Amino acid sequence: MEHGTQNNDPVVSNRTMEIVVAGLFALVALVVMADSIRVGNGWGADGPKAGYFPFYVGLIMLVSSLATLAVNILRHSGERTAFVEKQQLGLVLQVLVPSVVFVILTGFLGIYLSAVLFIAFFMHWVGKYPVRTILPVAILVPAVLFVMFEIWFLVPLPKGPVEAMFGF
Amino acid sequence: MEALGSLIHGFGVLADPMNIAYMFIGITLGVLIGVLPGLGGANGVAILLPLTFSMSPTSAIIMLSCIYWGALFGGAITSVLFNIPGEPWSVATTFDGHPMAQKGHAGEALTAAFTSSFFGAFVAVLLITFLAPVIAGFALRFGPAEFFAVQLLTFCSFVGMGSESPFKVLSAMMLGFALAAVGLDSVTGELRMTFGSVELLRGFDFLIAVIGLFGIGEILLTMEEGLAFKGKSAKINAKVVWETWKSLPRYWVTAIRGSIVGCWMGITPGGATPASFMSYGLAKRFSRNRQNFGNGEVEGVVAPETAAHAAGTSALLPMLTLGIPGSPTAAVLLGGLLIWGLQPGPLLFVEQKEFVWGLIASMYLGNIAGLIVVLTTVPVFASILRIPFSIIAPVIVVICAVGAYTVHNAFLDIVMMLVFGVVGYVFKKLSYPLAPLVLALVLGDMAESSFRQAMLVSQGDLAIFWSNPLVGGIVTLALAMLFWPLISTLLRKRQSRQDGGTHAIPVK
Repeated sequence: MEHGTQNNDPVVSNRTMEIVVAGLFALVALVVMADSIRVGNGWGADGPKAGYFPFYVGLIMLVSSLATLAVNILRHSGERTAFVEKQQLGLVLQVLVPSVVFVILTGFLGIYLSAVLFIAFFMHWVGKYPVRTILPVAILVPAVLFVMFEIWFLVPLPKGPVEAMFGF
Repeated sequence: MEALGSLIHGFGVLADPMNIAYMFIGITLGVLIGVLPGLGGANGVAILLPLTFSMSPTSAIIMLSCIYWGALFGGAITSVLFNIPGEPWSVATTFDGHPMAQKGHAGEALTAAFTSSFFGAFVAVLLITFLAPVIAGFALRFGPAEFFAVQLLTFCSFVGMGSESPFKVLSAMMLGFALAAVGLDSVTGELRMTFGSVELLRGFDFLIAVIGLFGIGEILLTMEEGLAFKGKSAKINAKVVWETWKSLPRYWVTAIRGSIVGCWMGITPGGATPASFMSYGLAKRFSRNRQNFGNGEVEGVVAPETAAHAAGTSALLPMLTLGIPGSPTAAVLLGGLLIWGLQPGPLLFVEQKEFVWGLIASMYLGNIAGLIVVLTTVPVFASILRIPFSIIAPVIVVICAVGAYTVHNAFLDIVMMLVFGVVGYVFKKLSYPLAPLVLALVLGDMAESSFRQAMLVSQGDLAIFWSNPLVGGIVTLALAMLFWPLISTLLRKRQSRQDGGTHAIPVK
């Protein structure tokens, strides 16, 4: 795996990530158990209370995540293998960050216009395509979706001020 | 022979030309989904599910199940031509399929793959036709304790049969149950784990989870690997198909063995992926051309494909008869049934005869249609794969977002989908299994209510799960499955001690 170049530097080791994720699981388990105790995890007047089943779900999750945690703390084999390398993380963020922006934009501009911007930006930034390749894809895909959902299947998708201007 | 009569009636349902049209649309979409990275059977069906709410349930399930068949076929195309498994269950197909393509035998490899997929599916459909009514009839006598026992067995099988760490399987599964419990408790009317948030009142929808975990998660993984699609071109013509078909009967033993492995793994929730590996391994062990495996042996394509398709198809058997899906995609289809107002389980065979037998009949026709579609359109789909990932990726993210939104028309669902996507990426990399999480999320409410009902009957006494031989047998088997990793480790240790006390056995 290691080629000696900087791009292959591990950002996080597998062991660290295992411990973090197992810890988060344990945390979720505690929340589940606490809430189950709040609504009652015992036997009510008319049968098991609302927290009866989730309490044990939380308990099993707690025990199994603590086991994973213990295994990874005691064993050091995952230390040298990378969970994600620097270059890989960069590539992942290249998709993830624009996707997050796309979702946020959807809240303001509606899904169609955001999709046009998102596809165009991604093709320009990652794919380095010329404008004449970008425009047809970035416009046609949302247009097809528009026809399919708003007109054909009559399923409304989030729309923004631009669609409102055209009376949709 | 009552099944035959019902089946003929089922074919009558298909006589509606609209249903045939939906079938072909489904197959084509399915192959497309199977070919594209980031879209697979489970999330493909999940995205398209909201579009079918306005159709009749029979037409809808025909279209959706055909998407599933199509996705099963489509996975083989990428495996053979690009050495990239479009679906996890076609990983084993790359071992011999891609070497064949490199030698210029792509046409033969694809024909062999499609034909053996068809064969495997056909065996599984036959099994469903004749076994499903029997199981459903038997299950009609089940009480809540029996249902919970079967569900317990399903979930424990994941621990016993999974290749991942049993603790991770349990953690992922319990996360699914916990997410399923969020929201309004239908029995007591109490709010669970909403922490005062109105948005959480609805709970977590498994469709959003599926689209995020499998769709967005897969895109992130594909991006990380920095894939450049460099594929072999496919030339399929009638002559190649005919020549390959003539050679295939030689591998009948492999095909039948693959189908049996697949059916077994599909009904128990082992799933299509392990089935394909197991079948490949068995074929390699028993084949006369053992040395040639991995270098482009037709038998090495036949074995995993029959098993994967048989498993994928037979996963619908427990879904229809018991309401317990054998795979994530079957789980999504089951969610569809619930949305259409059909209660999956044995009563379906009594109350919704037309629906059930229409679906089973469509499995026969759908697979024939699938075979025809893939054999004739491979070059088209192969060219779709040549579209660079930097175009495909944003389009798929947009489609996933649309799919997530349409489930409840809620903007927050799109945000949830992204969160699930990151979770899916991390889980995949740390080999936390996603299938038990999804299944627990789908079945959580059902499992909980059958557990509660059983507890009500017995007034909180767990002995109800051993109150008769049937339920006791299932629960005991389930517990054996649950502790199987522990049992097998102990057995192995004992074995190694008897072998002279060497400690060369690596502890997992």
